[in-house]
Parts: sequence; structure tokens; C-alpha cells
Amino acid sequence: MELTLWTYEGPPHVGAMRIAASMEGVHYVLHAPQGDTYADLLFTMIERRDRRPPVTYTTFQARDLGGDTAELVKRSIADAVQRFQPEALLVGESCTAELIQDQPGALAAGMGFGDLPIVNLELPAYSKKENWGAAETFYQLVRSLLKAQLPPPGTPKPDPARWRAEGRRPRVNLLGPTLLGFRCRDDVREITQLLGGYGIDVAVVAPLGARPADLQRIPSADANVNLYPEVAGTLCSWLERQFGMACTSTVPIGIGATVAFLRQLHGLLDLELPADLQAGADGVCPAERRSRLPWYSRSVDSTYLTGKRVFIFGDATHAIAAARIARRELGFQVVGLGSYSRELAREVRAAAQELGLEALISDDYLAVEAAIAEAAPELVLGTQMERHSAKRLGIPCAVISVPLHVQDVPARYAPQMGWEGANVIFDSWVHPLMMGLEEHLIGMFRHDFEFVDGHRSHLGDGPPAAAPAGPSGDSAPATPALGLHWSPEGEAELAKIPFFVRGKVRKNTEAFARERGLAVIDSEALYEAKAHFSR
Amino acid sequence: MATSLAPALPPPLRESGQREVFCGLTSIVWLHRRMPDAFFLVVGSRTCAHLIQSAAGVMIFAEPRFGTAILGERDLAGLADANEELDRLVAQLLERRPEIRTLFLVGSCPSEVIKLDLAKAAERLNRQHGGQVRVLNYSGSGIETTFTQGEDGALQALIPLMPRSEQRQLLIVGTLADAVEDRLIGLFQKLGIERVVSLPPRRSTELPAVGPGTQLLLAQPFLSGTARALIDRGAELIRAPYPFGVEGSFAWMAAAAAAFAVPPERVAELLDPLVERGRRALAPLRETLAGRRLFLLPDSQLEIPLARFLSRECGMELVEVGTPYLDRQLMAEELALLPDGTQLSEGQHVDNQLARVREARPDLVVCGMGLANPLEAEGMATKWSIELVFSPIHGIDQAADLAELFARPLRRRAALSFA
Repeated sequence: MELTLWTYEGPPHVGAMRIAASMEGVHYVLHAPQGDTYADLLFTMIERRDRRPPVTYTTFQARDLGGDTAELVKRSIADAVQRFQPEALLVGESCTAELIQDQPGALAAGMGFGDLPIVNLELPAYSKKENWGAAETFYQLVRSLLKAQLPPPGTPKPDPARWRAEGRRPRVNLLGPTLLGFRCRDDVREITQLLGGYGIDVAVVAPLGARPADLQRIPSADANVNLYPEVAGTLCSWLERQFGMACTSTVPIGIGATVAFLRQLHGLLDLELPADLQAGADGVCPAERRSRLPWYSRSVDSTYLTGKRVFIFGDATHAIAAARIARRELGFQVVGLGSYSRELAREVRAAAQELGLEALISDDYLAVEAAIAEAAPELVLGTQMERHSAKRLGIPCAVISVPLHVQDVPARYAPQMGWEGANVIFDSWVHPLMMGLEEHLIGMFRHDFEFVDGHRSHLGDGPPAAAPAGPSGDSAPATPALGLHWSPEGEAELAKIPFFVRGKVRKNTEAFARERGLAVIDSEALYEAKAHFSR
Repeated sequence: MATSLAPALPPPLRESGQREVFCGLTSIVWLHRRMPDAFFLVVGSRTCAHLIQSAAGVMIFAEPRFGTAILGERDLAGLADANEELDRLVAQLLERRPEIRTLFLVGSCPSEVIKLDLAKAAERLNRQHGGQVRVLNYSGSGIETTFTQGEDGALQALIPLMPRSEQRQLLIVGTLADAVEDRLIGLFQKLGIERVVSLPPRRSTELPAVGPGTQLLLAQPFLSGTARALIDRGAELIRAPYPFGVEGSFAWMAAAAAAFAVPPERVAELLDPLVERGRRALAPLRETLAGRRLFLLPDSQLEIPLARFLSRECGMELVEVGTPYLDRQLMAEELALLPDGTQLSEGQHVDNQLARVREARPDLVVCGMGLANPLEAEGMATKWSIELVFSPIHGIDQAADLAELFARPLRRRAALSFA
């Protein structure tokens, strides 16, 4: 048993719904009680979908439990098949139905639907979560649709360069984009365009927008692009094992990763590396000029970004990408990196280790919030959960990963991947900081009559409620440090320090004072501590 | 004792099939705000946690006063362990939140199916934490309750703790917005009803008393079990329509006044100016709503009183009035006020019902959030029903605000033009 207040991921059947709802011609019959229909609103409200997800719920009630719930399942399946005429049927159960063991998948298989592909989803609700459910569903669906095409054991791997012999352009599949993923719609467009520019066609995009028949064309591509490892990882490795299909391992988020991705794909497809993907004498690869991020980051205005302390938390794919961009492409200092994706914890740990950090692998948002408070970052890159935590802590934040809020599904074109994705990232990460700087300026000029006391722009109407304002307006410890107190002059000096580092300075100074056995912290002690910590 | 439907109403359409409603856990979203010293701990699955956070719509502005003890595989393997685990979590929670005075253990679909006895658990936990906190339990499971029925369960859990008193008093039952409650209590006091108390109270520990002197007035139509339990404790149910709209709110207050033998002239003297002002405020909204066709899908259990208000006071035409379940006794006064021929439906087969919606092409559909955008995309204006349980809509003074909730989608559609 585990205490959860808010959760990063839904149950695994919601992952299955994401696959079904992303596709055309697929229907999902879910054996579940009535409350479980809430999941529809994730799609219709957060994604603003204009149609209901293709899901039929059996909505069994307590009174059905005494009778024959299996009959109810069969009736629901028969109705759904007749009403929606799906090209492929997913059958599964939610947490409660798992307990009553009606085996809806087996029931469906025995109903005589002829050629209709039926996928029996067994998604253990008490041990797995949403992303795992999405990955498993995607894999099971493709596997069952490709059954007839499985090459006999011993068949040599197809040559990824066979496009040359066949006299056509090379083609790849983009695997993993779904509804309720982070900017998937725009990433697909960006990557399709990016690959087109290098003479690479896209064969199948899936699951987003695909029909079952499209999934059957997957093996016709020369390689797979694993766009979102959380969703497509399981499938990509199966396709590699069973069909010998090569697969990319780099997710093209950020300049470096986009270049690495393109180079890797050229290698996989035996394409000659074009000049613009080769590093010049100055170490600059001409292709990166297609994005404004490198120049914006080099421009003098960005000097103030140097060494900004940033805390990163999200799904593994976006968190790892963000850490690389933050450190190498924006010159930030990454002070925390973590993910709730336990399935990809190893990758996150490796990325953190490279930064000299220990990764935070947790799905407890309070632990994440505590880690943020402890790291005292100037910017948080996280999910909607961290946006709220950061708001409470008074720290600027940009959202980089699911879970989403409706505002993370923007009307405009706002990919994360490729060159335009890098532009979007520059803007969306730097703007909260600019506003942070504005807060600083407001702090500096707060004695000018134009600024009324307590004026804050984007951080809300007043100081964060959860952090009781200390005498100098920062978040003072709830109980004064034992045997320590700040002299009025020390407090006054502390008040001159920009608000976003003041909490950290207070904490450090108190630690220093305790270490030195000081009882009173005056301005001298503050400067001593400053010198001590800046060694 | 079922009263038959008003003879002018055709028999309700009874359907069974897929229901598109929230489960009773959803009511935690407003109950925890009403009683800030209470904590609601759902004993359930990740789905339960995800439901509440999704239904709440916005996430995390504070550490919430509700949470989920998520059952894991090991808890399913052995119930003894599940009980130990629950005790451990509760101890951890109470250590973290020492300000909590009442802890509701809320049963869910999985806890009901595995027959985890939360009543026993509450007893045990009361022995462990007695003095610091009271532990209660009820079920919000989707196999037994829909949406607003969760509040009915939570209130019933409180009833045994209510002290007995024979004092003459008016007991208003059902969560109201604080401001609305203050207003209504103020009006009752002006009518000369001195002692007015509420369930749920604002502090979970300050439960009102109940007994033979208690006149029970329901502010919400979905509290059947609570009403029965209070009647068993000696309270007398005041029969009235529910306090939505000018007419319903007036009748509701007048019924309470009659129960306290307040002379009708006194009621008229106080309420007539309010009624007049309420009607004046409604008039412009009636312009927007009159003659427009309304279809209510079953969801919050408020559908019948709302249909009565929107047809009688706002001039809307009722195409179909769905309700998750029909409690004829608690709805008798409402049903009597519905226009002749109103088609009710009880239960749901969502696909069939949507087919009827598409065929009827109503001007406004009241429905849950899962259906709103799809219907909008098909060209029909919608009002999502969950807003109705979060907004201050009770009372004569709020009648125009209530009408505004339905007029706005129509006005918005009319205001938009592209091309």
C-alpha cells in the first residue's frame, strides 16, 4: 500500500486508452465500473478532442457482481463491434475488473468475429502504470497485426540500405507519438519535415493518426525512429529482434541531440553524411544554424543565463534531453535531475552521473518538491506537478513533460524536437527567467515610489502562501534556528540579496554560523559566510 | 413508499448500458473544502487517485486534504497485510498532518470487491488514534454510488456521532457554499427561526445535534440515505422543492417557515422583495433561454430540479431529463412542478442516449466533461454539470447566477463568428 496525493501517471488501462484514442479504426472494450469513465475527459478536456475516445466501458455495478458479469462483457463487446465496426479490437479490464477475473479477452476471442483482429490486453493494474500500459498495448497490437508477416527463424536481417537497390528514397517509421504525450502532434510534423530535407521519407507514423492497416506496413520501412521510448521502446526492440529492423536510440530534442540523431540515422540507412551535418573547423555543424537557439544562446543578452541553477524532473525522455540542453546549450548549472519513469531509471541515472548528480527516481511529488526546495534552483523544468510546487516555492518554472494541463496543448505550432523545437525550448525556458529577473529588478527598485510594496508580476498576487514571509520577505525557517538569531543589521543586509537566492543564503549563513558557534548573525557573519561558500 | 409520478408525466425511460458518470469518490472534491479539518483517505487503486485529480480539473494548489492509499499486489495477496499496511499509512499521514480531526476512510470499487472491511479498520484506528482524530468510513465506490451520492455516504457516516437533542431547530443538510449558507441562515433567523444548524458543518468536530425537535431541510436532492438516517434519529423531513431558482428557493424557505409556524404574511414580508428582485435579475437571462430546447444527461442528480427551474422560470423546453436514479420520495415536490409530458429517463445507455441527442438537436445539452467537447464539435452548446456542484447556486439571490451558467454557452455561441 502506498500513500498518494497526486499521481504522475494514471493506471495502465489509461495508457491503453491513449493508444486506442490516438489511432483510427481501433476500439477498446474495457471491463470497468462506471466511475472509470472519467478517463474520457482527459482526452476531451485536456487535449480538447472533438470526439469521445473509442472506448466502451462495461460499467458493471455491485448488483451485477452476484449475477453474470461475463454476460455483460460479451454484450458490451457485441454492441461495440456492431456499433463501431472497428478494424481492430482491444479488450481489457481496469483495476476492479482484474479482481473478478472474467477474462474479457478470452471471451471476445470466442465470440466468432471472424477476421477481426482482437488483442487481449493483460495490464496488471496493481503493479504497473500508464506509460507501461501504453507501451505494452502498442507492442501487443502491432505484434498481433504482424503475426502473418513474421519472418521464419533464421531469415537474414533486411539490409537497411535496400532502398538503394529498390531505386527509392529511404523510409523510416516514427513510433511512439500519442495523445496526451508532450507536443507529439507538432514533433511529428517537425521530424517529418526534417527528414524530408535529408531525402528520408516517413512510412508510418504510429500510433498517432494510424489505422491498423498502417501498422501492418511497419516492416516495409528501412528503419524505425523511436521517437518516445516510454511508449515505443518495447515495440522497437521487438521489431529489431523479430524483423531485424534497425532503430534510432537518440531522441532529437535539442541541437546536439538533433544532430546526433540525424548522424545516427544516416549511419543506419547507409546514407552519406551531408556536409551540413559535419562539424567544421570551428567545431560548428552548419545544420545547427537552422535553429536560432545556438545564436540566441551565444548572444550577449544571454550572458545572464550563465550558471543559472536549474532543477529538472519529468518523464525520462524529456528529463534527459532537458539536462543536456540546459548544461551544454544554455550554459545552466543542473542542480537536480530526476524522473518518475522507473522503466527508464537506468538511463536517467547515467545522465545524472555525467552531471555529477544522483538521479531522483520517484513518483512522490512531495519528495520531488522537497528536493527542489533543498536544491534552491532559479528555474524548475518539470511537469504540471512541479509547476505547482515551483509556484508555491516562488521559483520560475517551464513545463517540459507530461502530466499535462490544458495549457500544455497549445494552439500554435510548438514542437520540442528538431530545429524549431530548439527555438520553442529557448523561448519557453528563458522567458520565465526573464520574468524572474524582472522580479529582481522590482526588488532592487522597490523603494522607488512606482513600486508598491509586495508588487509581484507573474508569481501571483503576493508572496507564496506556503512560505511564511520572514522579516526580510524571504521564506524564513518555520522555527528559528536553535540558539541563533539575526541582528537587525544582518537582516537588513540579507534583504539586499535578490529574492531568488535569499533563502539559500539564509540557510547557508545559518549553517556557517552554527559551525562557527556564533549566536548572532550580523552583516559581518553574512559576508564571512559568503566568502566561505564561494571558495 | 413510492409516490407515483405526477399523472401528467409519461413513464420514465429506463435504460441500462454504459453509464457515463463519475463515481461517488468525486464528491470528496467539494466535501474536503467544506470541512478543512477533515481528511479523506480513499482506499483504492491508482485509478481512484487519477480520477479525483482529473475530476478536480486543476491540480495541486496546496497539499490536498485527500489522498489515496493505493492497493498493491501484496495487499491483494493477504488481507491481514492490507490492514497492517493501512494502519501504517494512517499513522504516517496523521504524523504529517497533525491538524486533522476527522479521517474518512473511503471505500472504492477494489476495496469493496476484495471485501476490505473499512468499518472494522476505522474501529481499530479509533482505538489507536483516539483523542487525536476520529476515524469514520463510507463507500464512494463506482459499483455502488454515482458522483454526488458520495456526499450522501459521507454524511451518513457522521450521523451516529451527532449528539441527541430535543431542542427545536432547523437542520439544513447538504454542502452549501459558505457565503450562501450564511445568507440563508440569516434569512431564516429573520423569519424568527432562531436555531439553524448545518450538516456537514464547517468544522468536522462541531456536529449539530439531532432529535425529535429537529426539522430537516434538504439543500441537495441526492441525500436519500442521509435523510432516512436523520428521520430515524427523530428528525422530521420538510417536504419542499429544492432551493434552485426563485420559485424553488421561495417554496423551500416557505416550507421551513411553515414547519416553524411562521405566519405566511411574515414570510411574504421578508421574501417578496427578494422574489421581485430575483425575477428582475432573471428577466434578461430568460430572454436568452426562453424557447430554447434543453437535454439533460444523467450525471449530478440535480437534473430534475434544474429542469424544473429552467422550464418554469426561464422558459426552456425540456427534450429529455436524465437522472442517474430516481428517488420518487425526495423528488415528489419537484416532479409535481415539471411541465406536463416531460420525458424523464433513469439510468443510462450512453450511445443510445447520444443518438437521441443527435436526433433531437437540442439548443443546450447538460452533460459531463467527457461528452461536452464532442457535442460542441457536433454543433450543440453544452453546459458541463460538474460546475453545478462547485458554484454557489442555491437560493433566491443566486437564481440569476444559476441561469447565467446556462445562458453563457448560448450567448458565447452567438457572439462568435469567423470567416
